[in-house]
Amino acid sequence: MTVEVAKHRELGLTDSEFELICEKLGRTPNDVELAMFSLLWSEHCAYKHSRKLLRRLPTEGERVVMGPGENAGAVDIGNGYAIAFKVESHNHPSAVEPFQGAATGVGGILRDVFALGARPIAILDSLRFGELDSLRSRHLLDGAVRGIGHYGNSIGVANVGGEIYFEAPYEHNCLVNAMCIGIAKQDEMVRAAAAGVGNAIVLMGASTGRDGIGGASVLASAELGDGDEAKRPTVQIGDPFEESKVLECCLELLEKGLLVSLQDLGAAGLTSSAGEMASAGGVGIDLDVAKVPLREADMEPFEIMVSESQERMLGVVEPAKVGEVLAVCEKWQTGGAEIGVVTDSGQVRVLQGDEVVGDMPVEALVDGCPLYDLSPAEPDGWIYGNRATLDPGASSEETLLALLASPSVASKRWAFEQYDSVVGSRTVRRPEAADAAVLQIPEAGNAIAVSIDGNGRRVACDPYAGTIEAVLECAQNLACVGAEPLGLTNCLNFGNPEKPAPAWQLDRAVSGLADVCNALGVPVVGGNVSLYNEGPEGPIYPTPVVGMVGELPDPAKVSGSAFIREGDAIALLGPFTPALAGSELAKLRGELGAGLPQPNVAAVSAACTTVREAVRAGKLSSAHDISDGGLACALAECAIAGRIGCSVDVQPLRERGCSPEDALFGEGPGGFLLSGDRETLESFGATTIGEVGGTTVEVAAGDRSFTVSVGTTEGAWLSLPGQIEIRADN
Amino acid sequence: MRWGVLQFPGSCDERDALHACSLLGEARLVWHEERDLSGIDAVVVPGGFSYGDYLRAGAIARFSPAMEAVAEFAAAGGPVLGICNGFQVLCEAGLLPGALLLNESTRFTCRQLNLIPADGTKSSAYARISSRRPTLSIPAKHGEGRYYAPGEVLDRLEENGQVAYRYVPGQNPNGSARDIAGVRNEARNVVGLMPHPEHAVDPLTGSTDGLKIFEAVAAAGVPA
Repeated sequence: MTVEVAKHRELGLTDSEFELICEKLGRTPNDVELAMFSLLWSEHCAYKHSRKLLRRLPTEGERVVMGPGENAGAVDIGNGYAIAFKVESHNHPSAVEPFQGAATGVGGILRDVFALGARPIAILDSLRFGELDSLRSRHLLDGAVRGIGHYGNSIGVANVGGEIYFEAPYEHNCLVNAMCIGIAKQDEMVRAAAAGVGNAIVLMGASTGRDGIGGASVLASAELGDGDEAKRPTVQIGDPFEESKVLECCLELLEKGLLVSLQDLGAAGLTSSAGEMASAGGVGIDLDVAKVPLREADMEPFEIMVSESQERMLGVVEPAKVGEVLAVCEKWQTGGAEIGVVTDSGQVRVLQGDEVVGDMPVEALVDGCPLYDLSPAEPDGWIYGNRATLDPGASSEETLLALLASPSVASKRWAFEQYDSVVGSRTVRRPEAADAAVLQIPEAGNAIAVSIDGNGRRVACDPYAGTIEAVLECAQNLACVGAEPLGLTNCLNFGNPEKPAPAWQLDRAVSGLADVCNALGVPVVGGNVSLYNEGPEGPIYPTPVVGMVGELPDPAKVSGSAFIREGDAIALLGPFTPALAGSELAKLRGELGAGLPQPNVAAVSAACTTVREAVRAGKLSSAHDISDGGLACALAECAIAGRIGCSVDVQPLRERGCSPEDALFGEGPGGFLLSGDRETLESFGATTIGEVGGTTVEVAAGDRSFTVSVGTTEGAWLSLPGQIEIRADN
Repeated sequence: MRWGVLQFPGSCDERDALHACSLLGEARLVWHEERDLSGIDAVVVPGGFSYGDYLRAGAIARFSPAMEAVAEFAAAGGPVLGICNGFQVLCEAGLLPGALLLNESTRFTCRQLNLIPADGTKSSAYARISSRRPTLSIPAKHGEGRYYAPGEVLDRLEENGQVAYRYVPGQNPNGSARDIAGVRNEARNVVGLMPHPEHAVDPLTGSTDGLKIFEAVAAAGVPA
């Protein structure tokens, strides 16, 4: 028996998918066609294991301007303006080459947003790595942070927030999710659908090279493993200067009304852009690869069609306006070439001069991929490891300091100081100043708040409850700055969907996402799915990353998370009954297991409303949600930020049935930690637990009571640079 | 006062600088291919990554037609403010002394910090008096902002009162020589600094101290 692998298998297509392609074409595809099918029928482009699940998500709402199916979602912010946003993954490229992988992840999400005609105004990022004691993790972290900074700083879009978690299951498969937010005049926005038979297809931006060939199918739609070095050529190289020029060029073209539609070239390059534009518009497209500006003259037609060279955009232009369009491209010193035409054939035809080198029905190419049902099965208990790094007999003070120094909890200042957070003159709350970033929108006379969250460890404990918690965390973060949610975007980072356990995680997570969005009345306006995130030791923690955008009327009224006034009362609000299950402390003790308490979404939502109204009315000195590391860490964070101590008694949590340890370090949704005038706080139902003042964090919790200086907690909380840089020398 | 703010491909703080200038007078963008600065009383060379900062920060932008016009404008006594990449461009163009090197940390750093107008002070005296002088809260954000000049040039700058701004001791974010954040030319009408005064003109975004820097520049030059 020969071991020769059929070409379609090398490209990631199954035998039955290949047969289906032959059937739809009525013949065997040639090399160009096979390459194009293999990309558009990849998991990355076709969502073949997730599309059925995603139908559960609510996508409509009165503020939705654009929903899923466009390059990004958009919501109405008032006065004729919209906020466009989307989160997307660049996990596998970053695992192979973190600097360029992360940089081009930022570049790609920026293009998705300005493809709508929105000017990007903010970036957030959500990163996951293995534990910091691993050389690989430190290398990936350093490269990804430098890459995000390199691209975002150069192009001049503020990076206003994000999160980083360090967990062993991400050791071989880090996650790099980037979110972009843009602002657009609604009457200048443009859709991706090609329209107008006879209109020209214009390729703008960078020239096309051999980089990133097969990125979507080879890299993004299969597990990582041995021989990944050979995949390095599938990673693209970013050029933020080129993107800056093509961004300004596209926005000028839209402002002048010169484009019918616009689409970015991302995964699968020209193949997916042209195919998806034709599909959305119900038209055909002819492309002449001989007219595509190339970096290397001898590129084959299939290479030109699948190249993932960055910083390229595809526009549909009325024939009479092509000259004007190319002049604007020239002004911005970026490429512009008429490479094709919109037809009524319903076919994507690839030409090389006069010769037809590929001819496929749009329907078969873009929408013909079979969608698969999952075969989910709940695993038996906890399928991930446990590693104890903290003695269960540690004192409360030692435990608090260990939690604050834990890389997932510690301050991420080391990372976010490498990003420009102020360019654009919109950033009212920078990273760590408040629970959500706040950006003023003078165009609409108001402001937006944005947050990105997703604690994969808790989702691993219970994919349904954990996903609900991720959304609630975003909603709580927004409430802390007085914002009301308008919409959310999500990136579903999961393992191999063809295996029962990751399939079950995905299925339960999407159900949780659908249920919580319905309960909160927050539509899902866009997102991305990244599957096959596995290493040799198994799948990553299931990690739905949620990005939420909210609106607030007056940025001058926003409170921060810092304690600011001696003598202020400290109070708890919300249905917070913390437990150690799935907590950072359970991780440090090596006691993780399956299962989480089920969240009371309605009660959390009501608490969010109360906090939001209190912030808007200017009634609070500070507002912070209780998250990783529990109440004790939240108190320390407020004290560190305000450089002032506090004294509290956790008795009210004891009365909810919590042990002293649960009360101090337990986690769970629904907890707000507020400070302000005692009578005011109690007037809306908050429970006073203590007072701001002094130079220590002093907590009465029965036999777990402790007192520690604010300076000592700060030392632990700011210990991340030492953990990264010193170890990097070893 | 009519301000002109240069715009190169790759500039990214030009709109913020335009906004800051518009708080003090009229302001317009000047495209990098323009040579005509007539009607402009003060020029801002803004921050960003002109031409991608490829080759070396500011090395390509200095050859633009607009920069030729700025050189003539400066020679005639017109006030010029270079911010961050603009400071790098002015150094590359020889309109300001010294050079900006890679940060000591090798990393881009974005941080709100305090500047002290350092007119005529030597570094030896400066630490002693800085605690008594009012400081300006301004964000800095750059990867190549370590001010460098040979020792004798630094001595001369200090003697001539050409050190325009210093970082408050302990806040130097990049390893700049003698905590220098900004310098001016001998004629005192051209000023460059790494921190971003245009991002400190609105109490909502953190500070309004940046306006004082724009005002000082406008006052220092002879309107053309």
